[in-house]
Amino acid sequence: MSVEQIAGEYNFAYLDEQTKRMIRRALLKALAIPGYQVPFASREMPMPYGWGTGGVQISAAIMVPEDRFKVIDQGADDTTNAVSIRRFFEKVAQVETTEKTAEATVIQTRHRIPERDLTEGQVLVYQVPIPEPLRFLEPSEVETRKMHALEEYGLMHVKLYEDIARHGEIATAYAYPVKVEGRYVMDPSPIPKFDNPKLEMAGIQLFGAGREQRIYALPPYCEVVSLDFEDYPFTRMRAEHCCDLCGAEDSYLDEVITDDAGGRMFVCSDTDFCGERRAAGHLGPLGVAESAA
Amino acid sequence: MKDMIEDRAGATDRPLLTVEGLAKYYGGRIGCEEVSFDLYPGEVMGIVGESGSGKTTLLNCLAGHLAADTGRVLFDRAGQMVDTVTMSEPERRMLGRTDWAFVHQHAHEGLRMNVSAGGNVGERLMGLGARHYGDIRAKAEDWLGRVEIAADRMDDRPTAFSGGMRQRLQIARNLVTGPRLVFMDEPTGGLDVSVQARLLDLLRGLVREMGLSAIIVTHDLAVVRLLADRLMVMKSGHVVETGLTDQVLDDPQHAYTQLLVSSVLQV
Repeated sequence: MSVEQIAGEYNFAYLDEQTKRMIRRALLKALAIPGYQVPFASREMPMPYGWGTGGVQISAAIMVPEDRFKVIDQGADDTTNAVSIRRFFEKVAQVETTEKTAEATVIQTRHRIPERDLTEGQVLVYQVPIPEPLRFLEPSEVETRKMHALEEYGLMHVKLYEDIARHGEIATAYAYPVKVEGRYVMDPSPIPKFDNPKLEMAGIQLFGAGREQRIYALPPYCEVVSLDFEDYPFTRMRAEHCCDLCGAEDSYLDEVITDDAGGRMFVCSDTDFCGERRAAGHLGPLGVAESAA
Repeated sequence: MKDMIEDRAGATDRPLLTVEGLAKYYGGRIGCEEVSFDLYPGEVMGIVGESGSGKTTLLNCLAGHLAADTGRVLFDRAGQMVDTVTMSEPERRMLGRTDWAFVHQHAHEGLRMNVSAGGNVGERLMGLGARHYGDIRAKAEDWLGRVEIAADRMDDRPTAFSGGMRQRLQIARNLVTGPRLVFMDEPTGGLDVSVQARLLDLLRGLVREMGLSAIIVTHDLAVVRLLADRLMVMKSGHVVETGLTDQVLDDPQHAYTQLLVSSVLQV
């Protein structure tokens, strides 16, 4: 089937207009109350739960034909999840897609915030597996909603206390809980805590959890504070290396096992950031110059 | 001892808790009905009665876990008697974390079983805004010591504790914020007698030392004999007899109380 034929059988961006309206209403409410989890009637999507059904629904609801769409999975544009979601929207919305962070208007992400600072007008859509930060200590949804409503967040610090008691430091390395505008405690989805300071940004951030049927959001320049103890303050965490390809000293790195004899290399998890740096002539210890490649 | 009691009574003549005509119905059935009493600061009151007599229903209504159908529960907060039945939920939950404590019969209901002993004790402190790990830990360690749990068990989870230790941990977790009123539902239920004796000893010490008021629900007359100043006997949802503990137990007036007292096996 050609792209035109498939496009003719679907509404623009897959979802019907009523569903989009429902999601947009939830998004507006979420933006009005930063960090508050808004329930929404999540739809079945043509992909399994856990593959980004929440993020896809948000992207579909906010997308216009003029948008340029980028998808990253753990920072990379070329992983299975990213490639298939990008193809999905190429098919059902015929929007332009890009791998360049700077050129994208809507960026759907799984587990990373791009290294390059987003600008006003850009939208970052997160795929969220478990939106409730208190879930692992308090299994009851009735109780956690009450705790949010009454601002009873002592339990969140119990989790951090347990970390220090067991590991000697706050060992939570991802999905690190934050307090938004001094009110709601929020799970920033499983981004590494290295990215937490970047949650205060110029772009709009939308979080969608399809299976859990929750949407929440951070408007631009929103105050986002990572929780900590006075004597164990929040720290960013990063592998103590430079990127082996582009030599970056300040980006978040993935460790890649290269053989079964202990060989490994560290590379930027943000592939676009790494590519741009190499194109600009930066070279890491194991990097190969653009011209030679 | 007599002087002490008079001192305590003389220190304040205003009740800490006043219950007026409290009732709770389960549909057409009576949970408890027409319950009224005063509890003074530093006083320990026992509620005894057979299973199904409404003891636990009454306790849950007093502690705000169940909504009472009629009646008032007035609590002295900073010199002002506030009705905890009609008070807003945030206020009542706040009271539950500060001035009140609740010790459950089964320790696992009152503890977080997947959180270490230290974390369990620290939760109330963190709930009240403590944000200094070292201070929280020091306070938790102090309290674990007071309930005779060794400091090296601090980072173990309650799942690794014996029944008696769990119950002591629950008590530490509840008392760490210095409450004024403790509700206890069968605190010694399900423990063997030697552990019961130690727990009672500990409780008696803590209650006297901290000047706590307590309401203890139990069907074990030995527990109230040891801990309670005053006794309330319940049957079929009604209070049938009240009085000083020794008076009620040594000279029971109501037929049911006589039955209850004579049912205890004398060893």
